[in-house]
Amino acid sequence: MDKLSKARSELREMDALAAGNSPVHRLHPLCKLLVTVAYIATVVSFPKYRFSALAVMVLYPVLMFQAAGIPVGLCFYRLRFVLPLVCAVGLANPFLDRTVVLRLGALTVTGGVASMVTLMMKGVFSLMASFLLIAATPMDSLCAALRKLRVPGVLVTLLLLTYRYIGVMLEQVAVMTEAYKLRAPGQKGIHISAWGSFLGQLLLRSMDRAEELYGSMRLRGFRGEFHYARVPKCRASGVLWTVGCAAAFLLARLVDIPALLGGLLVR
Amino acid sequence: MHMADALLAPAVAATMYAASAATVGVSVKTLKKDETAAKLPTMAVASALVFAGQMINYTIPGTGSSGHLCGGMMLSALLGPQAGFLSMVVILTIQCLFFADGGLLALGANCWNMAFYGCFVGYYLLWKPLMRSRLFAGMGTKAAGRIRIVLASVLGCVLTLQLGAFSVVLETSLSGVTELPFGAFAGIMQPIHLAIGLVEGLITSAVLLFVYETRPALLMDVNTGDTVTNRCSLKTTLIILTVVVAVVGGGLSLLASSNPDGLEWSLFGNAEAGYSENMGLDEENYGVSGGAAEVAGSLQDKTAFLPDYAFAGSDSAAGTTVSGLVGSAIVAGAAVLVCMAGGFFRKKKADAKM
Repeated sequence: MDKLSKARSELREMDALAAGNSPVHRLHPLCKLLVTVAYIATVVSFPKYRFSALAVMVLYPVLMFQAAGIPVGLCFYRLRFVLPLVCAVGLANPFLDRTVVLRLGALTVTGGVASMVTLMMKGVFSLMASFLLIAATPMDSLCAALRKLRVPGVLVTLLLLTYRYIGVMLEQVAVMTEAYKLRAPGQKGIHISAWGSFLGQLLLRSMDRAEELYGSMRLRGFRGEFHYARVPKCRASGVLWTVGCAAAFLLARLVDIPALLGGLLVR
Repeated sequence: MHMADALLAPAVAATMYAASAATVGVSVKTLKKDETAAKLPTMAVASALVFAGQMINYTIPGTGSSGHLCGGMMLSALLGPQAGFLSMVVILTIQCLFFADGGLLALGANCWNMAFYGCFVGYYLLWKPLMRSRLFAGMGTKAAGRIRIVLASVLGCVLTLQLGAFSVVLETSLSGVTELPFGAFAGIMQPIHLAIGLVEGLITSAVLLFVYETRPALLMDVNTGDTVTNRCSLKTTLIILTVVVAVVGGGLSLLASSNPDGLEWSLFGNAEAGYSENMGLDEENYGVSGGAAEVAGSLQDKTAFLPDYAFAGSDSAAGTTVSGLVGSAIVAGAAVLVCMAGGFFRKKKADAKM
């Protein structure tokens, strides 16, 4: 099934990207997580007509993508199915809000158009920042960062285990759907007669496997929490970077930098 | 029902994060430590399965559309509400991080809308009372169990999806992001999710029924004492279901679910309906302009050292000015340059490696 194999290959590619080595990859995962959250919160907090002030926020993901050695195009390619949905959110606005907020000679910009553009930019910027975080941070170091943030160990271990297990599950479900499709040609999905047994069979088998998994984990000394082997130390540079980024975001939020820049040219 | 970051104001997002975090804390506390360690692999496998299972398309007979599995109800039926909630949180986190399904900032809200209602409300309000009741006991243990499972799954999915959809409307409206009025937005979201809930409930009940037939001990609160074989075929179950559908659905057509996701559809589809009602909208009530925006505004008054930079007759009341546009273009140009420079250096590095 297309959706399943797509999900599988996406997970694999993200793993490969996160295993890279660059200044961004080497940053402490906790710093990256905090800065990403601060970035998204700042982007989302811009007022709804201020798309021009928001524009300056594009610089963070763009610069970071370059520093991480990941082309920006890759992000857009990978998110090509989600991006239209994110952009669609504000499509109704131009019809609902027709107050003129800007006049350029004969051309008028209505509030609806301005808010639609702002909303789209917010969506795209947030997606870029999240993608950057996950493309430059391996899952286990991200989990170690979450543990540092005092997220309960159960949840973090569960996250890590589930993440490891999703690949196996996707593979199994893909094999099963493929087999089903070959036996039921020209059918769009799973027929009602197999609704229960299809996933139910896999569920039972997986539950048994989980028991074995737990047994083998116990034998290797598992007592409810993982120990992380390679967690980079948080250096002063990381802290400095975090504080610097937060300050820059705050500045961009309070001062309309594009307007100041443009003011130098347009008089 | 996954919400994107742009749909939420930071204050709403933070509130929902706090609510979900508190629920996680309570769940972790409730689960005993030894028990949790033993349960962890099962939880991980079950959540990975639900993740993969949600990608399977189940064809709905008679319509061209397809439905999906309802994760919350299934996980809480298999693992209990607390473990089910944690598993759902993990699924939503992975969906958010790796598949951009729902935003990072909106994760708290998404956990609440999809995991909290599905696991806690569905379990305590419907699953547990129904499974322990003597409802339909006259039909034999096995048959009564089947009917109870179907009833609990369908009602549970419908109820939890309704609550979730309503929360989405509430959170979006509180954030002041869409121009759609509250009533119109809720008026689209609720019926769509009624249809989706019915289908998801049916699929979930089919899977749970299979587990009940083969290994009932896996299900929470299910009496596995005696095994009186009183075959209640899928047909009988479906007849009972039809009654349930009539009661719950109020004759709503399943066709509505041919739209893949209710949230996107409601935001897309109702521009015209909302438009006619919304012409006299007063501007002041919308927008996320809190204290920070006012500070920014006053700061800008002070920093406006080029008073007449806009074209004659331009209206800069909303803060978007010509100079702002020019400045944005400069920023965009800089961004493109950075990308090109990055690409150049990457290429150079690759050439050097050859």
